[in-house]
Amino acid sequence: MAAQELTGAEIVIKALVDQGVDTIFGYPGGAVLPIYDALFQQNKIRHILVRHEQGAVHAAEGYARSTGKPGVVLVTSGPGATNAVTGLTDALMDSIPLVCLTGQVATHLIGNDAFQECDTVGITRPCTKHNWLVNSAKELTRVMHEAFYVATNGRPGPVVIDIPKDVQFQKAEYVGPQNVVHKTYRPKVKGDVEAIKAAVDLIATAKKPIFYTGGGIINSGPLASQLLREFVKLTGFPITSTLMGLGAFPASDKQWLGMLGMHGTYEANNAMHDCDVMINIGARFDDRVTGRIDAFAPNSKKIHIDIDASSINKIIHVDVGIIGDAAHVLEDMIRIWKAKAVKIDKAALADWWKEIDGWRGRRSLDYKKSDEIIKPQYAVQRLHELTKDRDTYITTEVGQHQMWAAQHFHFEKPNHWMTSGGLGTMGYGLPAAVGVQIAHPDALVIDIAGEASVQMTMQEISTAVQFMLPIKIFILNNEYMGMVRQWQELLHGGRYSHSYSESLPDFVKLAEAYGAVGIRATKPGELDEKIRQMIDVKAPVIFDCVVDKFENCYPMIPSGAAHNEMILGDDAEGATVTEAGKMLV
Amino acid sequence: MSDESKIERHTIAVLVDNEAGVLARVIGLFSGRGYNIESLTVAEVDQAEHTSRITVVTVGTPMVIEQIKAQLDRLVPVHKVVDLTVETKAVEREMALIKVSGSGEKRVEALRLSDAFRARVIDTTHNSFVFEVTGAPDKIDAFIGLMRPLGLVDVSRTGVVAIARGPEAM
Ligand SMILES: Cc1ncc(C[n+]2csc(CCOP(=O)(O)OP(=O)(O)O)c2C)c(N)n1
Ligand SMILES: [Mg+2]
Repeated sequence: MAAQELTGAEIVIKALVDQGVDTIFGYPGGAVLPIYDALFQQNKIRHILVRHEQGAVHAAEGYARSTGKPGVVLVTSGPGATNAVTGLTDALMDSIPLVCLTGQVATHLIGNDAFQECDTVGITRPCTKHNWLVNSAKELTRVMHEAFYVATNGRPGPVVIDIPKDVQFQKAEYVGPQNVVHKTYRPKVKGDVEAIKAAVDLIATAKKPIFYTGGGIINSGPLASQLLREFVKLTGFPITSTLMGLGAFPASDKQWLGMLGMHGTYEANNAMHDCDVMINIGARFDDRVTGRIDAFAPNSKKIHIDIDASSINKIIHVDVGIIGDAAHVLEDMIRIWKAKAVKIDKAALADWWKEIDGWRGRRSLDYKKSDEIIKPQYAVQRLHELTKDRDTYITTEVGQHQMWAAQHFHFEKPNHWMTSGGLGTMGYGLPAAVGVQIAHPDALVIDIAGEASVQMTMQEISTAVQFMLPIKIFILNNEYMGMVRQWQELLHGGRYSHSYSESLPDFVKLAEAYGAVGIRATKPGELDEKIRQMIDVKAPVIFDCVVDKFENCYPMIPSGAAHNEMILGDDAEGATVTEAGKMLV
Repeated sequence: MSDESKIERHTIAVLVDNEAGVLARVIGLFSGRGYNIESLTVAEVDQAEHTSRITVVTVGTPMVIEQIKAQLDRLVPVHKVVDLTVETKAVEREMALIKVSGSGEKRVEALRLSDAFRARVIDTTHNSFVFEVTGAPDKIDAFIGLMRPLGLVDVSRTGVVAIARGPEAM
């Protein structure tokens, strides 16, 4: 007997179920109605209706980043697809596995400028890892399964499947995922053993070593974090991480130097600058991290472990490049390290730690405290203090508040920190929090937000209310696009061109209008109590934390400067940026 | 070690799945990342397997050339990337159709030179020729240079195709 035929729409649902999907984030429209109809007639997949397609993609990112599973998005053709583009680009930059299904006009209408037609595969080609336009239901099963494979294997990323409306009605045979093998895509996960041995030999000679880790550890999965912890303990070396890698190594550990880069700690950046052996695992020498390229860790030998061969030697020439998955490579590295019974130069390492402790003594994250006004750093510190014993997940928007969150909220576990690193997308945090809360219904999910950013996707609070997601939107309200204001102060003579947050809504009333709970704090003395109140509310909360308007985020490596040319908070007065630095973003 | 700042010219062969949009992906990669394309050719080479071969000639520093290869290699429908300039001494060929119009001495001279270049006449009128010439790109450049004063009016070139010497496939 021939296998039963399903419609394209039914194939989509069946393939999702077979791929282990239980939740999708979406928004309906003409070109996806058959899929919505199929969704209506089943109960294995939960659909979270967002308020804007960008929100669907960020929610799926939050879901993916906090679970390690791919996020799934369903949107209509034309404006549905174009609204998703920011989220897709965000996911591409931060290597987040997503499968985004877009509706398309019927195949015979493609190219006719039909209603709500756009060249979705053309538009999303540069902002996806791969995409497909499905021409017939016959191809659909294969494409669905391939899409999950491509999104989650190798360096993860977003993929788009564009499905014309007639294909959703067409019938074809369904094939299970076990019967679909991708023709070309075979990412390498095991590192080259000779290269790993060379890396171990190099590490063994180190006098001033440092681990520099990134989002690749998180993407690899919990095992990579565990192995990283083991290897760092084994060596006794200092470790720092990028913004995306926070949580892979516990921030409470004494070998942890804090985040590195533009707003990284003094000790992390100076240790990077002066190190003699750098061990980069799953980070990509991003410009926020390297500062001036020709002055980047000038006296070091570098090891780079990355699953993406194109990341190696892209920006910084390295001495040992290892292509592979972080967990696989770390496992081999630890095995070889133990087998060789490596003896490290303990005396040199002790001196190195002494030097690092000197930098630590500079206390670069300190700020001027106040009894009158809430300092944003203080607010993040209190938030951390009052939530650290719970299962807390943090998302952020983009700006100063994001950096303060990274600096002052200390992460102990992977997958608990969701932020837009590569693209720096304002409006990421609120919908991302929705996605995280969907995945972790009992956890405490907080979006540390700025008053400007949060307005970009504020409407998703309505999604949170609809699905009874008790997310907490903790706004560090400084009435400015603070990060823009800081740069204008530093680079443009304090001319604050259009960076004041004019005509702000009353966030407490806004919360109430949405059916959420609004809380405001204006004085340091009331902060703890209000935060406790926020935690106790079993509903979405918008917390308007009124903070110092003029606080700047330090320490800072100004654009075009080297790691050892940081501006520190206590002597930032009159700091400037070079002419060449002004050209940089 | 090669000089890191020296600009090199490389011919890269890319075997791809002949699926919709694959050429756009390759071209988009070059334009999006600011790499150069000096020449690009593409055609299906295996009908049964649906594979096409793209030959791209590009210039850049050694680091950029390495990047281009790695970036090409990570495109999902790419089977294989081979740098023909590095791996082996490759054979490179290009074909051009060249129209020269004129009469008298110049016409005779054009015909005489075409013979030296083993160019074939594939169309002729009383006052024009279309030559077909095949060879390494610089040979074609040279032929076009010689035709210019003799009444060159139109040029169409295929771009470079290349293959490694020796018995092995790419
Ligand atoms: C979508 C988008 N538009 C513009 C920017 C540029 N930008 C970066 S930070 C920032 C200001 C953010 O202000 P706010 O959310 O209040 O955060 P703060 O810096 O004040 O903490 C802007 C406009 C961006 N990152 N994303
Ligand atoms: Mg602000």
